Amino acid sequence: MAGAGGGNSDVQWCFSQVKGAIDDDVAEADIISTVEFNHSGELLATGDKGGRVVIFQQEPESKNQPQCRGEYNVYSTFQSHEPEFDYLKSLEIEEKINKIRWLPQKNAAQFLLSTNDKTIKLWKISERDKRPEGYNLKEEDGRYRDPNTVTTLRVPVFRPMDLMVEASPRRVFANAHTYHINSISVNSDCETYLSADDLRINLWNLEITDRSFNIVDIKPTNMEELTEVITAAEFHPNQCNTFVYSSSKGTIRMCDMRASALCDKYAKLFEEPEDPNNRSFFSEIISSISDVKFSHSGRYMMTRDYLSVKIWDINMETRPVETYQVHEYLRSKLCSLYENDCIFDKFECCWNGNDSVVMTGSYNNFFRMFDRGYRQDVTLEASRENSKPRSVLKPRKISTGGKRKKDEISVDSLDFNKKILHTAWHPLDNIIAVATINNLYIFQEKLN
Amino acid sequence: MSGDNDETQAPEETSVEEKDVQEKVISPEKAEEAKLKARYPNLGNKPGGSDLLRKRLQKGQKYFDSGDYNMAKAKIKNKQLPTAAPEKTEITGDHIPTPQDLPQRKPSLVASKLAG
Repeated sequence: MAGAGGGNSDVQWCFSQVKGAIDDDVAEADIISTVEFNHSGELLATGDKGGRVVIFQQEPESKNQPQCRGEYNVYSTFQSHEPEFDYLKSLEIEEKINKIRWLPQKNAAQFLLSTNDKTIKLWKISERDKRPEGYNLKEEDGRYRDPNTVTTLRVPVFRPMDLMVEASPRRVFANAHTYHINSISVNSDCETYLSADDLRINLWNLEITDRSFNIVDIKPTNMEELTEVITAAEFHPNQCNTFVYSSSKGTIRMCDMRASALCDKYAKLFEEPEDPNNRSFFSEIISSISDVKFSHSGRYMMTRDYLSVKIWDINMETRPVETYQVHEYLRSKLCSLYENDCIFDKFECCWNGNDSVVMTGSYNNFFRMFDRGYRQDVTLEASRENSKPRSVLKPRKISTGGKRKKDEISVDSLDFNKKILHTAWHPLDNIIAVATINNLYIFQEKLN
Repeated sequence: MSGDNDETQAPEETSVEEKDVQEKVISPEKAEEAKLKARYPNLGNKPGGSDLLRKRLQKGQKYFDSGDYNMAKAKIKNKQLPTAAPEKTEITGDHIPTPQDLPQRKPSLVASKLAG
């Protein structure tokens, strides 16, 4: 089977680039924690556990190599968050970047929101390719001249300089979350955004940092009665009044901000009924939703739980319209996955540009694509062994039964430390960014 | 574990083991649950309940106080980070610096390897 993508079942994926260190000894700070394309796909941002953001920019397509879409090279890198200490609770606040979200571009500069567990920051990334020269009162190195030595006057002019990309923090949105922020989402009105922690969701105005509105609060008065937490939240892509949030119990609530100031009463509740006979100790844990993403059209939303990806029609709350098994063979490994904590891994998922294919990560550096139209799925691997330029990725197969065919990988030999939690799909083209623990792989569609 | 035995159980078997075999045939998930309960007999019956969630709400390493935290950080700093690159053009001594004189951003002490 060739591949999945773009509604055409013959899409083949090729290795394009890999970023990051080759050595196996991974420093904790280098663990990639988020990957996000901007709205044009020209920029690709990554965040890591060390609080750093690296932005790559796509080179314009060269006429010499029409078969290749441009490569992504480093554009800017900066320290977004630093570790902090919460003196009141004697707890460390990690600098790990949980999410990055780009704002739609309005002028020459680019803006993104990056967040750790407690603080969201708005960063401005701007280019400078000219600098003023010929001051009267200053030397070129910046030192002031003695005014008595100035005998002539000249008009300073702008001269070209080597391109410099500067990142500066424009807003810091702090002190609004008691619990750990898991999501941020920019509203289609481009003026507001939401931030969600385990129990609350706040609405911010991008211009105002000293206050936010609380729009969802599921904290029980008695914490002993806590039964579920918020796991992800997102604004609808074009209805500025609508947002959804997912829970650790596998439900999604859709809220309408026009209904009331506090959206504790949902407008819609999406929940798939569960067969009580099949309930086990693990049922609730594996039903916890780790990611929720609206389709670009806004008609559908996708949720990721531990073993599957589900597509929901926002007009139908009773059950998903499509369910795709990511790694069903893990169902008979749940005991050991609980013991090594892998059962709590939070996988993300993403849509392709025209909502025809969805993608999510798995273990052993595998990732999966599901073509909704052609009902095909494929398992691919991000590894240095398949990193010859433009080499086509070969689909992987996992053998679940007794007999293992050649080229198949047995479930017992899967490496659960090699997990792909974060993937991103270019908004327009078949270019994908796949993050292993500390490397970023970029794959492109094979063009003839 | 009786679940490993594929043969049909004799009717004299205890009802628990019978249920295990039946459940293994029906659901690998239940078999895994039985395995877990065998290893950890004190495991509570409500896994999604407040204990698990509250552990999740309070992630993050707790320190005795800020002194403890700073000591721990100092230990890590001595091991991991190389010295910062010296500034190329330092403006000192002649005058009080203004915002235009200062370099744009303090570079990261350790740059990300993705940018390397």
